[in-house]
Amino acid sequence: MIPPDPRLSSTAAASEAHESGPLFGLLAQFSSDTELIEATHTLYADGYRALDAFSPFPLEDLSDALHLRRSLVAPIVLGGGILGGISIYALEYWVNLFAYPLNVGGRPLHSWVSFIPPAFECIILLGALAGAGGMLLLCGLPRLNHPVFEVEAFRRASTDAWFLCVQSEDAQFDSEMTRQSLLNAGAQEVWDVPAIEA
Amino acid sequence: MSSEDRARTDLLPANASYESVSEQVSSIVLKKPTPRSWKFSFLIGLLMLQALLLGIGWLFAYGVGIWGINIPIGWGLAIVNFVWWIGIGHAGTLISAILLLLHQEWRTSINRIAEAMTLFAVACAGLFPLLHLGRPKLFYWLIPYPATTDMWPQFRSPLIWDFFAITTYATVSLIFWYLGMLPDLATMRDRAQSHFIARIYGVLALGWRNSARHWHHYQKLYLLLAGLATPLVVSVHTTVSWDFSVGIVSAWHSTVFPPYFVGGAIFSGFAMVLLITIPLRRVYDVKDLITETHLDKMAKIMLASGMTVSYGYLMDAYQAWYLNEPYDSYIYTNRFSGPYDYCYWALILCNCVIPQALWFPAVRRSTLFLFGISLCIQVGMWLERFIIITLSLHRDHLPSDWAMYYPTIWDWALLVGTGGLFLILMLLFLRLLPSISMSEMRELVHQKGGSNP
Repeated sequence: MIPPDPRLSSTAAASEAHESGPLFGLLAQFSSDTELIEATHTLYADGYRALDAFSPFPLEDLSDALHLRRSLVAPIVLGGGILGGISIYALEYWVNLFAYPLNVGGRPLHSWVSFIPPAFECIILLGALAGAGGMLLLCGLPRLNHPVFEVEAFRRASTDAWFLCVQSEDAQFDSEMTRQSLLNAGAQEVWDVPAIEA
Repeated sequence: MSSEDRARTDLLPANASYESVSEQVSSIVLKKPTPRSWKFSFLIGLLMLQALLLGIGWLFAYGVGIWGINIPIGWGLAIVNFVWWIGIGHAGTLISAILLLLHQEWRTSINRIAEAMTLFAVACAGLFPLLHLGRPKLFYWLIPYPATTDMWPQFRSPLIWDFFAITTYATVSLIFWYLGMLPDLATMRDRAQSHFIARIYGVLALGWRNSARHWHHYQKLYLLLAGLATPLVVSVHTTVSWDFSVGIVSAWHSTVFPPYFVGGAIFSGFAMVLLITIPLRRVYDVKDLITETHLDKMAKIMLASGMTVSYGYLMDAYQAWYLNEPYDSYIYTNRFSGPYDYCYWALILCNCVIPQALWFPAVRRSTLFLFGISLCIQVGMWLERFIIITLSLHRDHLPSDWAMYYPTIWDWALLVGTGGLFLILMLLFLRLLPSISMSEMRELVHQKGGSNP
C-alpha cells in the first residue's frame, strides 16, 4: 500500500467523480521547463510510450525527450510543390499548343521562358497549401475538444505552465503506479483526465 | 553591461515574464475598454469606406469612362494605386519570413502587425485590377478553367503572371499569418473570461493544445513557409514590374525595373509599418514591447531600401542617356521639365532627400520625425508609380496622340476608399486578435533567461 501523499488530497474529489468512467490518462504539472524535460526523460526511460508534453512555446529538448521522429511536414511540402509545378506547366503546355494555340508575333507556341513565372507561383502555392493541410493532419487538428481540456489547471498551459500527460492506452499504464511515477519525477500535482466522447 | 543584457533590456521590459507578456497583449483584446481614439479612427475609416462603396457603385453603373483615363493614357490611377498598395504589403512578408530566417529577434513583436498589414494591403490592391477590367463581373476569365467558350488565358502575357503572383501572395500570406496566430488564439481561448468568447477563440484555434507533438510539426512548417515566402515576396513585385518592362513603351522597357520595384516596395512597406506601430505604441501602451530599438532598426532598413530606390532612379536616367535612344531620352527630359515636373521634383524630395535625415540616430528614435518621414515616403512612392505610368503614356511615340491625364473625383474616391478599407480592417484586427505574437514573446523571455513563475 502506498502511503497517502498530501499532494494527492486535492485531486481525490476529482478522481472520485470519474471513478466510474474510463480514464484518458493522467496529467501532471511541473514547475519549470527543465523539470518537465527531465520528467519526460524519466518516464520514457521507465518504458512509457503514450506520452504527450505541453509547453507554452516550442522546446526542442522536449521533442527529443519524447523521441519524436523527424516531422513529415518537409516531404509533404516538397510533394505539394512538385505537384503544383508539374501540373501548371502541363496545363500551360496543353493550352498553348493544343487547346488554344495563338500566334503572337511569330513567337514559339512552347515559350517555356514565359511559362516559368506561373509555374514558380504554383510551386509555392501548392507547397504552402499542402504544408498547412499536412501539418494540421499530422497534429490531428482541427478538433473541437480534447480530454486534457477537462482539467481546469490546463488553461495555464498556454501561458506559463508545464504539463505531461500519460495516456491510458499505454501498455504500462496503471492509474496508481503511474501516478506515483509522475510524483516521483517531480510533479507538483497530478489529475485524472476523464475520457470524453470524441 | 554585456551585449546580452543590453539586448534583453532593449527588446523586452526588464521584468518581463511569461505571464506579463501574455497579459499585456491579450488584455488589449480581452480586458481593456475600447480607446476613444480607436472609436474615432473607426468612424473616420467608415466614412472613407463610403467613398469606396460609392466609387465602385458608380463605376459599375457607368463604366470606366467616369475615370480620367483616355487614349493614350489607358492606365490611370487604378494601376497606380494597385502598384502602390501591393508594394506596401511587402514589408510584412520581409519582416515575418526573411528576418525569421536571418534570426533577427527584433522582428518578434512587430511581425504579426506587419503580416496583417500585408494581407489588408493586398486586399486593397487586388480590387484595382478587377475594377479596371471594364467588365469586372467577368474577372474569373483570368482563371484557367475549361469554359464553354473554348478560350484560355494567354500564359505568355505578364498580366496573367501577375494574376498568379497576386493570388499566390494573398493565399500564402493568409496561411502564414493564420497559422502563426494558432498558438496565440489558444492563449486567447484560455485567458478569455467569458465562456462565449472562449468558444469563439477555441474554434479559431482549431483545437491547438500546445502539445510538444504539435510544436514539433508546427515549427518545421513555420520555417518552411518562411523559406517559401522569401522568394515569393521577391517574385511578386518583380512580376508587377514585368507588367511594364515586358512592353515596349518608352522608359518602361528597362531591366532595372524588377530590383528597384522590390526595393521601393520594401521602402514603402516599412514606412507603413511605422505609420501603424507609432500610434499603436501610444494608444495601447506597448512601448516596452515595441521599443525604440525596433523603430530604429526599421528606420535603418527604410534608409537602405531608400538608397536602392534612389540608385534605381539614377540608373534609369543613366540608361536613357547612355542608350541614346530619342524616345527614352525625351520621356526622361519630360519627367523633370515637362508638364508634370512638379510631381517629379516632389518625388525626389520625398524619396531621396527627406529620408537622408534617417542617418541621424536622434531622428531614428524620434517618433514624431519617423512618422513625418514615413508619410513623406508614402506620398513619394505613390508619385513614383504615377510618374512611371502616366508620364510614359501621355507622350508616346506619336506626337499626334499626346494628351494630359487628370484624375477625376471617382479616381480619388477609390484611393481614399481603399485607405478606409485598410484602416477599418487594421482597427478590427487590433481590437479582435492578438496583435503581438505572445508565444514568440514567451520564447524570447525564455531565451533571455526570463523569470519562471
